[in-house]
Amino acid sequence: MSKESDLSRRELLKTTIRGIGLLGFGGTGGYLVGRESQSETRWQIDADKCIQCGRCATDCVLEVSAVKCVHTHGMCGYCKLCTAYFEPEPVNLDEGAENQLCPTGAIARKFIEEPYYEYNILRDLCVGCGKCVKGCNMFGNGSMYLQVNHDLCINCNMCAIAVTCPAQAFRQLPASSPYKLRGKGEGGK
Amino acid sequence: MRRAAGWIMLVCLLALAPVAFGVERFPPPDFTDHKVPHLVVPGPETRGVGWIDVVVLSVGLLWASWLSLKGRSRRGVVVLSILSLLYFGFWRRGCVCAIGSIQNVALGLADPTYAVPLSVVALFTLPLVVALVWGRSFCSGVCPHGAIQDLVLVKPVKVPTWLDEVLRVLPWIHLAAGVLLAATGGMFLICKYDPFVGIFRMAGPRVMLVAGVAMLVLSMFVGRPYCRYLCPYGALLGVASRFARWRPTVTPGACTQCRLCETSCPFGALNPPQPVATARERVAGARRRLVLLVVLLPLAAWGFAWIGGRAALLSMPLHPQGKLAALVAAEARGEISPPLPDELLAFHQHGADLPAAMSSAMALEKRFLMLGRVIGGLFGLVIALKLARILFPEPTPDYETDSGRCVSCARCFSACPYELLRRGVPVAVPEKGGRNG
Repeated sequence: MSKESDLSRRELLKTTIRGIGLLGFGGTGGYLVGRESQSETRWQIDADKCIQCGRCATDCVLEVSAVKCVHTHGMCGYCKLCTAYFEPEPVNLDEGAENQLCPTGAIARKFIEEPYYEYNILRDLCVGCGKCVKGCNMFGNGSMYLQVNHDLCINCNMCAIAVTCPAQAFRQLPASSPYKLRGKGEGGK
Repeated sequence: MRRAAGWIMLVCLLALAPVAFGVERFPPPDFTDHKVPHLVVPGPETRGVGWIDVVVLSVGLLWASWLSLKGRSRRGVVVLSILSLLYFGFWRRGCVCAIGSIQNVALGLADPTYAVPLSVVALFTLPLVVALVWGRSFCSGVCPHGAIQDLVLVKPVKVPTWLDEVLRVLPWIHLAAGVLLAATGGMFLICKYDPFVGIFRMAGPRVMLVAGVAMLVLSMFVGRPYCRYLCPYGALLGVASRFARWRPTVTPGACTQCRLCETSCPFGALNPPQPVATARERVAGARRRLVLLVVLLPLAAWGFAWIGGRAALLSMPLHPQGKLAALVAAEARGEISPPLPDELLAFHQHGADLPAAMSSAMALEKRFLMLGRVIGGLFGLVIALKLARILFPEPTPDYETDSGRCVSCARCFSACPYELLRRGVPVAVPEKGGRNG
């Protein structure tokens, strides 16, 4: 057993393992890419599972969460006494800050006609805490609910909120239709 | 007063009503002259960022490989490190990242419905492929985690060899735990406890930020502590680069063992010459190695497979379903007092299907046990091979970079007098046998 044959045997072994490694990594990558091209995904909340625990506001990796409240007006009752807008026992049914449920004042209330009021989410103020959603789901029509806003979401490999969501309400949806909206025909761009 | 009464009535009425979601309790009004707004949702803004990542990564890898093998330029590596840190670190905010991609790939292979984004697949495979050809070029100046630690290294302290060897087991434990929790769809452990993303994003939980700053301060005195003693991807790259076709060499020409480069590596990745044995010693050594591996490999694999299974079961509460199962079981035993945790609230709000929860928990337990055993077994093999490498080092006649540990940082080159000669610096070449010899 000469030194040369020993070294060349080592080299042969290394070359073989290198070849196997290249094939393995290439194969894995090719397989995953082939599958990915059919199904690019985005994270989204299944509003029917959400229990409005408030973690969407705190657990997103962004400083202000990409989760915001959205409002399907077509389902809204336009109530004067909106349980998404007002504190449980409001002093007055008006726009006074002390009467509002939203901690950031992110819901605008507008008189339409007696006794109907329209409620609009001010997206820049909304932090995704879900307090209004809880009010709307418990006593109202459920026209307000939380959704991941995809112009803000950086689509993390694994959504940090999805991991802590106690209701396991986060799903990956196809990137072509990344929202799970309530009401028929909603969701224009 | 009347309002309060109205409230109470409303609550009573609704308590009687079936609890359903999206039910129209108050029919939407028919307005005559008011148009009900349509819900508008913002789309994902940038498609195609993935392709940019892949291009930047490929260029970076080729550039880094050229710098460490042909250009032999530390300055070039520093420039590349800064650029990578800016792009992958501060611009892409540490996400997408090769270290985290392990988990996507693990989950993608375990769960066929989970799609792994293109850039993540590229970040996982390309550095490994490059490592098989040119060594750990990715670590040198493409990885933002490596770059940020390398750039702040001012006064490297040598870590004692025994401590270094022990600590280098940690990345494998990190890898094992990360793959287990990702492949079961539980959580991305490696991302969650990444010390540097907090710094890249300039935001994050306080623990993450404190850990990041502490790790940076440590990096000033210990060369690349995260890369060496925690990074799970570095562990994989290390294995791949042991089989690299070409690797950085300290000297561009012949080594005269002048020992000038001996202390130039801050990462403990420069091997002093190992005497090449005589033919008889080699045969004896090979026989001992064979006996050791034949005995040790199965033993280690079996032993760690058992440990892996137990550890996996212990880590089940880290998985959302495992956590729910534990809470449901605790509630059934009457150990939970109100207020209920959110997980149980959600469970009850959605019908509290106990048999379904239990059967899915059982299935999860089976998956954890199986995966834990497989990963534990592989971990055992790694440990056994590590031991074999410590006991029977590869014969290296000259000062050589350690094939698995060298991160191609290009520091040692300028310590070599032949390199200085090559660069046109007039130096006297020391004779074989040391500075004084």
